[in-house]
Amino acid sequence: MKLVTAIIKPDKVEALRKSLTGIDIQGLTILEAKGYGRQKGHTEMYRGAEYEVHFLPKSRAEVLVDDKDLEKVITTISEAVKTGKIGDGKIFITEVSDIIRIRTGERGAEAIS
Amino acid sequence: MKFTLFLISALFVSNVSYAAVDPEVAYIFNTFLFIFSGILVMFMALGFAMLEAGFVRKKNTSAILLKNIALYSIAGISFYLVGYSLMYVDVGSYIGSLGGMFYNPTVDELALLDGADNVAAIADTGYSAPSDWFFQMVFCATAVSIVSGACAERIKVWPFLIFAVIMTGLIYPIFGAWTWGGGWLAEMGFSDFAGSTIVHSVGGWAALVGCIILGARKGKYAADGSVTPIAGANMPLATLGTFILWFGWFGFNGGSQLAMGSAFDVLAISIVVVNTNLAACGGVVVAVILSQIMFKKIDLTIALNGAIAGLVAITAGPDLQNHFTSIVVGGIGGALTTFAILLLDKLKIDDVVGAIPAHLVAGIWGTLAVGIFGGGDFFVQLTGVLAAAILVVPLSAIFFYILKGTVGLRVSEEEEAMGLDKAELTGEAYPEFK
Repeated sequence: MKLVTAIIKPDKVEALRKSLTGIDIQGLTILEAKGYGRQKGHTEMYRGAEYEVHFLPKSRAEVLVDDKDLEKVITTISEAVKTGKIGDGKIFITEVSDIIRIRTGERGAEAIS
Repeated sequence: MKFTLFLISALFVSNVSYAAVDPEVAYIFNTFLFIFSGILVMFMALGFAMLEAGFVRKKNTSAILLKNIALYSIAGISFYLVGYSLMYVDVGSYIGSLGGMFYNPTVDELALLDGADNVAAIADTGYSAPSDWFFQMVFCATAVSIVSGACAERIKVWPFLIFAVIMTGLIYPIFGAWTWGGGWLAEMGFSDFAGSTIVHSVGGWAALVGCIILGARKGKYAADGSVTPIAGANMPLATLGTFILWFGWFGFNGGSQLAMGSAFDVLAISIVVVNTNLAACGGVVVAVILSQIMFKKIDLTIALNGAIAGLVAITAGPDLQNHFTSIVVGGIGGALTTFAILLLDKLKIDDVVGAIPAHLVAGIWGTLAVGIFGGGDFFVQLTGVLAAAILVVPLSAIFFYILKGTVGLRVSEEEEAMGLDKAELTGEAYPEFK
């Protein structure tokens, strides 16, 4: 089992949710995040004085998947959030040793099916 | 203003070429103008409160709101106790007397309430004494509102409130005595219809002195000369406040005609209202265009300052007979204010809401504009502008330094970082938004 974490543009959250629901993925967690990558920050202005904004608003999506669904999920996320411009974000995969559905006590892949 | 009213009524009592209005009817309309306009100006206190609440950070919201409602209340009481008396009662050249302390209705007015048959005598005074007092009091409060916004986010609550007592009980009334009270500037022919100098520059000078003595908010100006802007928390509130001020200004300027008992006066009020509105429009449009040109983007806060600048600028002479001129006066006010905002940052003077650009700079401009476009003499107008500086700068500096040396003027660095709401008040404005 894997934890798929995607740092994406905040306005792509809804598109991501729709696509994942479309391939029958049962759960998605979204966190509001701030960060920068190669995109860096940008300059803003208030009352004539410029200032740097180093961290940009991002959303962090977390999805637990069974190994067999991994590539499909990666493709789906990429297609849903990609604009082709700098700042589209990253997807990274973490190994998960176990998953427990609290209500029923189911474990492993059963807990996310 | 009272002084002018005597002149106007004298003029029209003796020079009636149309069917004269019954004196009691004129008394009713004049008094109504004072009460109605005074209520509009009172609403400006809310305008200042909302504008300032929008420009400060979330953690200082309750503190700035408290300062606003407390300063308004202090202004009322100290203007009642001594301010009105020093400004209007037995004014020689420089200051009134204390003979009018604990201001009350006149003996004749009290007699009328007790059933005396003296309506004719009362009507001849032109307006009721309490209505005039109320109208003057709300102007006095406006002058201190200007100080609270500029010094926000770092001045301690109590020292600020003590300064409000001094401002409304002494500084404002003295300059008021020189002008509307009939003192030396009035005798020179200084012309300031509703107070570009008397209210707005006087408040603006005190705000400037306060900002310099306090120093900037921590983190705004770096040693290398760079500016880190501290953005206001709530632009809808700042915009609401600006619109409320604009709304109240029709009372501020319109009511300063001081009489409504004749076709002449009602026409004059109409002209004042149109000019007041057009000047504010001019101020906004110029500020919007200038910020687009200078910053490549429009800055809402500067547009809001532009509205105030236009209003302040026209306040010295809203009786201009050519409406187009008021767009010019307001527009130039908006431009000067925009430049002054940038200049203050260069000088490292931290004015949270832009009160110094909008009230002091536009106030000076508006007063001088009466000497250019209106009926005033330019050098007399300039004398009045300088007189305000010479009176208010040293006096407010003395009192600010006394406060600084005794109770302290500024919160500690820790308290500033924590926010004044937690440091000085019992709670934050939005306790559930963490």
